[in-house]
Amino acid sequence: MEFWTRLLNVVLAIAIGCGGVIGLFYLANIAINALPKPWNQRLLPWVYISPALLLLSAYLILPTMQTFYLSFLDGRSQNFVGLKNYIFAFTDRAMLIAFKNNLLWLVLVTGVSVSLGLIIAVLVDKVRYEPIIKSLIFLPMAISFVGASVIWKFMYAYKPAGDDQIGVLNALLVNFGFEPVGWIVEQSVNNFALIAIMIWLYTGFAMVILSSAVKGIPEEVIEAARIDGANSWQIFWRITIPMIRSTILVVSTTIIILVLKVFDIVFVMTGGNYGTEVIASRMIKEMFNYRNFGRGSAIAIVLLILIIPVMISNIRRFRTQEKLR
Amino acid sequence: MFFVQKKSPLKLTSLALSSALVLTGCVGEQTTSGDDTTSDTKQVTVFGVMIGEQQEKIEAALAPFTEETGIEVVYEGTDTFATTLPIRVDSGNPPDLAMFPQPGLMADFAREGRLVPLTEFMSLEDLQAAYDESWIQLGSVENVPYGVWYRASVKSLVWYNPQQFAVNGYEIPTTWDEMLALSDRLVSEGKTPWCIGMESGDSTGWAGTDWVEEIMLRTAGPNVYDQWINHEIPFNDPAVENAVNIFGDIVRNEDYVYGGVVSALSTPFGDSIQGLFGEDPNCYLHKQGNFIEAFLPTDINLNEDVDVFPLPQINPEQGLPILVAGDVFAMFNDTPEARQLMEYLASKTPHEVAAGLGGYLSPRQGIDLALYPTDLSRKQAEILGNAEVIRFDASDMMPGAVGTGTFWSGMVDYVGGADAETVLTNIENSWPE
Repeated sequence: MEFWTRLLNVVLAIAIGCGGVIGLFYLANIAINALPKPWNQRLLPWVYISPALLLLSAYLILPTMQTFYLSFLDGRSQNFVGLKNYIFAFTDRAMLIAFKNNLLWLVLVTGVSVSLGLIIAVLVDKVRYEPIIKSLIFLPMAISFVGASVIWKFMYAYKPAGDDQIGVLNALLVNFGFEPVGWIVEQSVNNFALIAIMIWLYTGFAMVILSSAVKGIPEEVIEAARIDGANSWQIFWRITIPMIRSTILVVSTTIIILVLKVFDIVFVMTGGNYGTEVIASRMIKEMFNYRNFGRGSAIAIVLLILIIPVMISNIRRFRTQEKLR
Repeated sequence: MFFVQKKSPLKLTSLALSSALVLTGCVGEQTTSGDDTTSDTKQVTVFGVMIGEQQEKIEAALAPFTEETGIEVVYEGTDTFATTLPIRVDSGNPPDLAMFPQPGLMADFAREGRLVPLTEFMSLEDLQAAYDESWIQLGSVENVPYGVWYRASVKSLVWYNPQQFAVNGYEIPTTWDEMLALSDRLVSEGKTPWCIGMESGDSTGWAGTDWVEEIMLRTAGPNVYDQWINHEIPFNDPAVENAVNIFGDIVRNEDYVYGGVVSALSTPFGDSIQGLFGEDPNCYLHKQGNFIEAFLPTDINLNEDVDVFPLPQINPEQGLPILVAGDVFAMFNDTPEARQLMEYLASKTPHEVAAGLGGYLSPRQGIDLALYPTDLSRKQAEILGNAEVIRFDASDMMPGAVGTGTFWSGMVDYVGGADAETVLTNIENSWPE
C-alpha cells in the first residue's frame, strides 16, 4: 500500500513539476496574446525569461548583495564598521598566506594541467590505444574533491622511520633507502602535495577538451605543412597551438575559476594548517567556524572580484567565437 | 471568484493544477503518518558530535527515555559539528537539541537568543541537586543556565603500560621534575619516552592546546588561568609564554617524542596511544583525555595492560589541578518533547546506563563508582571526584576565532618550529574586540 501511494506521489510530483512549467508558459503565452498589438511583442521575451530571472535573483543576485552589505558590518552583523573587514582581508597574516598559496595554486594547477593535457592530447592522437589511455587519465574527473583528498591522504600517509609505511609514496622512499617525508606536514612540500591532487583531477578534463580541438584541425592544413617540409615539432608550435588557441584559453579560464573556488582539498587534507590555507578555506573558517559574518563576507566579495575579470574574458571569447560561426 | 465567472480554458487549467496540488498534499501526509499504528509518534531530533561506537552508547543511554515516554529520539552524529550546526541554525533548520562538545559555541547561540534557558522548565534546585556548582556555571551564560552536562572528560591523564613499568622498574612520577627525570632515563636506555599525536582533521592542534592549558594551570594557577580565558591578561603574557616553552621542552625534543616533530604533527590523535603496547613499545608515556580509551587496540585488557596517573604538578603551590572537558546538551526548539528529554538527561538514568557501558565519565553527582565497568574508569572517576580545582579546557571557553582557530593553528605552528613569542603575538592580535 505504502509503495503505491509513494509511487503515485512520485508520478504526480513529476507530472505537476513538468506539467506545471509547461502550463505556466502556455498560460503566459495566452495572457500575452490577449494584450493589444504593440505591447504583446515587446513583453513576450520578458515573460519567457522571467522565471529564470526570478530564480537567478533569488539564488544569486540577492545573496550577493546581502553578502556585500554584510561585509561592511561587524562579526554579528549589528554595527557598521566601514572598510575594516577589507583591511583585515588584505593585511591579516593568515590572509596573506592564503593569497600567496592561491597564487601558487593558480599558476601550477592551470599551467601544469593544461600543458599536460595538451601534450597527452597531441601525443595519443590517432594512436591505437588512444581510447584506453584517455579514459584512464579522464577517470579521476569522476571523483569528488573530498573523495580524491581521502585517496591522497593514504598516498601521503607518514609513519616514523622504522615503522611499516602505509603510504605509497613513503613506502617507495623507504624502499630506496631514503627517510620518510611528512608530505602534508612539512611546509617545504605540502602545498605542492595538495596542488598535485588537483592536477591529477583536472588534467583529464583539459585533455578531453583539447583533444577534441586537436581533432578539429582540418587534415588539409597539416598535410600542406608536411608538404612544405615542416616537422612534427614545427607543426605542433606553428599549426596546432595557434589553431586551438581559443580552446586553450577557455580551458585555462575554466580551471582558473575552479582553482579560485578550491576549498575541499585543503579542508580535508590539512584543515588549513601547516601554512596551506587558501582564500576559500579561510572564508569558510571566518564565516562558519569563528562566526564572523563581516570578515567571511568581505573575503567572499574579494574572491568574487578576483573571479569577475576571468569570467568576463571567458564570455567575451565565447561571443567572438559565436560571431565567427 | 472561481464560481461566479464563467469558465475559460485558462481557469480550467488552473483549477486542475490547484486540485492536483491539494491531492498530492493529502497523499504526502498519508505517507508520513502511515508507518505506525499510533498515528502521532512524537519525535525529538538531537544533533551531536558522537559517531561510531560513541553514538551506539548514547543511543543506549537514551533508550529508556523512549521506552518510558514513547517519544522517539532521532540522533544524528557528525564529525564536523562546529561547521555544520551553525549552517543548520542559520538556514532555519536547527535540531531540537544539540550536544555541544564545547560550551563556547553554545554560549554564542545563547547570546544570540537561539537557545531556551533551562530555568523556563526546570527548577534551579533540581539542577543544583544533580550537578556541582562548577558544572552549572560552565553551562551558563550571564548566570542563566542553558546546558545539561551529559559527559565529562578528564584531560589530565598520563597513560602508561603497567607491565613495562613493572619489568623495567619505572616508578609513577608525582612531580613534573620526576616525570622529566623518567623521560631522561628512558632516553639514556635508548628508548623514546613520549608518543604525541596532534592530527585531527579540521580541528588539528587541540592536543597541543591541551598541553599548554595543563601547564598554565600547574604553573600560573587557576586564577591566572581564568584571567587568560577572559582575556584579562594578554595572550602573549609571560605566563603563557613560559607554559608554551615548557611544552616545547617536551614536544620539540626529538629524543623525547617518537618520530619527532613530523610524527607529532601528522599522527592522528587516536592512533598515537598504540605506541605504548607490544614487546618493544615505541614509547612509554602518553598524555591524553579519558576518551582515548575508545581508541585503544581491541586486544588490550583494560584491567592489566594499560593504566593512568594524573599529570603531575609543577609548582607545589598550585597543587594538582584537573583539566576537564565535556559534552553539554542545550535546547533550540521549545517543544514539550524536547523539554521532557532535557529533564531526562539531567536525571540519573542516562548517566548510570552510560557509566555501565564504559569509556564514559559522568559529570553528575551521585553516580555510584561501582557502576563503572573497569578499574581504569573507576580510577578516572575518582581523579575527577577528588579534584580540588577543576578547570574547563580553555580553548573551548575562548572566542571561536581563538579557541578553535588561532590557538589551535598557533600550536601547530609552534610545534612545527615557530618561536613562542611570534606565535603568541599572532594569537593575541587575532583576539576579537
